[in-house]
Amino acid sequence: MKKRLFVKGNEAVAMGALEAGCRYYFGYPITPQNDIPEFMSREMPKVGGTFVQAESEVAAINMVLGAGAAGGRVMTSSSGPGISLKAEGMSFMAGSEVPAVIVNIQRPGPGLGGIDVSQADYFQAVKGAGHGGYHLIVLAPHSVQELYDLTMLAFDLADRYRIPAMVLGDAMLGQMKEALVPHAHQLPEDLPPKDWAITGKGGRAKGNAVKSLYLADGELEAHNWHLHAKYAQLKEKETRFEAVGLEDAELILTAFGGAARIVKTAIAMARKEGLKVGLIRPITVFPFPAEIYRTATAKTPKVLCVELNNGQMVEDVRLSVDPMADVRFYGRPGGTGSLPDPEEIFAQICKHYKD
Amino acid sequence: MKKIIIDEEFCKGCGLCAEACPKQLLKIGSKLNKQGYPLVEIESSDQEKCVSCALCARVCPDVALKITKPEK
Amino acid sequence: MAPNEQTVFQRPSSLKEVPTHYCAGCHHGTVHRLVAEAIDLLDVQQQTIGIGSVGCSVLLYDYFDIDVVEAPHGRAPAVGTGVKRVHPDSVVFTYQGDGDLAAIGTAEIIHAANRGELITVIFLNNTTYGMTGGQMAPTTLPGQVTTTSPYGRDVTKEGYPIRVAELLAMLGGTAFSARVAVDTPKRVMEAGRTILKAFEMQVKKQGFAFVEVLGACPTNWGMSAIEANERVGKEMMDYFPLGVYKDITASG
Ligand SMILES: Cc1ncc(C[n+]2csc(CCOP(=O)(O)OP(=O)(O)O)c2C)c(N)n1
Ligand code: SF4
Ligand code: SF4
Ligand code: SF4
Ligand SMILES: [Mg+2]
Repeated sequence: MKKRLFVKGNEAVAMGALEAGCRYYFGYPITPQNDIPEFMSREMPKVGGTFVQAESEVAAINMVLGAGAAGGRVMTSSSGPGISLKAEGMSFMAGSEVPAVIVNIQRPGPGLGGIDVSQADYFQAVKGAGHGGYHLIVLAPHSVQELYDLTMLAFDLADRYRIPAMVLGDAMLGQMKEALVPHAHQLPEDLPPKDWAITGKGGRAKGNAVKSLYLADGELEAHNWHLHAKYAQLKEKETRFEAVGLEDAELILTAFGGAARIVKTAIAMARKEGLKVGLIRPITVFPFPAEIYRTATAKTPKVLCVELNNGQMVEDVRLSVDPMADVRFYGRPGGTGSLPDPEEIFAQICKHYKD
Repeated sequence: MKKIIIDEEFCKGCGLCAEACPKQLLKIGSKLNKQGYPLVEIESSDQEKCVSCALCARVCPDVALKITKPEK
Repeated sequence: MAPNEQTVFQRPSSLKEVPTHYCAGCHHGTVHRLVAEAIDLLDVQQQTIGIGSVGCSVLLYDYFDIDVVEAPHGRAPAVGTGVKRVHPDSVVFTYQGDGDLAAIGTAEIIHAANRGELITVIFLNNTTYGMTGGQMAPTTLPGQVTTTSPYGRDVTKEGYPIRVAELLAMLGGTAFSARVAVDTPKRVMEAGRTILKAFEMQVKKQGFAFVEVLGACPTNWGMSAIEANERVGKEMMDYFPLGVYKDITASG
């Protein structure tokens, strides 16, 4: 029988990273993700890795930039205000095509906001967070097992596409304990060699430069089209989602991450009552799984999008569905005492099912 | 022989080398390079007076000077 | 070269054979050459990694024949930390201006020094933001007119120039901190020896080494190259004295 562990979501992220061969971690404390740096500070030295508590999230992301540019498997993690501080660095990494993994265990905002469950950073994540118009790969786990598995996947995707990848969790997922089946990471054999990495010339004819500045005529435009083509390729090849009960659905619910857990329970309640309710749960929120929304809503036009914010992913849902679809929204921004329970979502299902 | 070789593509005519030369052999002339900078000059007769101390080359921000000396 | 000639001075091989974009008389060029000479002398070109900063020296990779990473404004010491942790046997240096290092990047330089990162930092202090058009820098001298201190830097409102070499010397992690200038042949040679020392200490894994170089920005100072060069000795050195402020390898 496979070994089962009972671990916290944040620890699952760190365990997945180590299993995927991450040997460099740079971070700065912020609730609700502190278990990650704490775990890394304890475990990294045991595998000969590097843990540095940086002086700020700004410094941490730039250490990540350096280590990623140098060819290392590197990660940082943070939440809300800390991710804002990392935005400039992420933009440079996207522009310079530096692979790395950035974990956001979301908390509610704006500003200092709070430390509870929230999905307030969806826009920030899928729009890249920083300046200049770029994307990160954004993976949205909804269980402790997925925090582990998708963190591993994030490293492989980042390396394959030379792009920073984000794991978008939240305070609920990070703090909860659940069963986890650990497994060995299978490094894909076809990952491209990091011949662009900064290692010291080491006899190469030309020095490598990892940079985002392009000043010559037409150079920057060409670079941006190159990045754009990469995003198009991601949409084509790396879109991931979970779809349940779409065959007979009269109403499609859609939610990602922590919200999807509550929605799943509510759907089970609805199914018990004989209501034909399906689910689309994006696992990659960038690239967004647009196609499944289009085909599913061509058959079942009514969609209810549930989020732990005032309505963010619903914009991507509306852009994806069949033109005749009817997209509705139910959400609550996070904050203490503001987490909807399954009954609340079940009530919404009943309401929208009828009219 | 030429002890001081001026690379005309690199010289920007800043004059720092002329200031540094203990023999005052260098001056900024009227000839311009491709980038439009006036070039430093040395009279060919002054090449003999050059003591190959390389002080001019050391202050040159553009590494435009190469200095040689006769083998003894 | 004729057989009876001997080369006394020539371009170091770590410096690419291309003209720079720097203004005539700009000291960035001189400091680049000294860094390249140090790399050549230590024979470490193949394992040297430069971390560029944002300022007039942003095009480091165009001039040095080595591997280079571009860092966001002020963050070169953090980027250098990441690179060095991955390649501990490489020779990593940052090259930063005064706006980059002493304003927006103050936290990164202090903490990299304090951690004792095994990197070398070359800091060109020209008392202004050269690249963006000569605005006031943290190192702008009292009374100095810049495009954002048009009435002269007023220390009661704008504070005092920061003496970075002295500041970093106070940190436990700093192994070496010095200030040099490149306005006279003698000082250029001294600066060259100091930069060489700062690289050598990294090769010998002796600790974080920092060299501040007083440099001229003739363009934004509104001076000829010769006047700007003279200002370094006449005005800057009073406030920014040359010297070695910390050297853990010095005896006695
Ligand atoms: C985050 C950010 N803020 C501002 C700038 C604009 N900027 C570019 S260079 C520079 C100052 C450079 O001055 P310094 O570091 O002294 O270098 P110098 O050009 O004088 O050598 C500034 C403010 C930027 N690139 N990024
Ligand atoms: S110092 Fe160099 S650039 Fe300036 S005038 Fe002399 S040779 Fe030309
Ligand atoms: S090598 Fe010395 S003497 Fe000759 S031109 Fe240069 S500074 Fe003058
Ligand atoms: S603006 Fe100043 S610092 Fe920049 S290249 Fe010109 S002289 Fe040098
Ligand atoms: Mg400056």
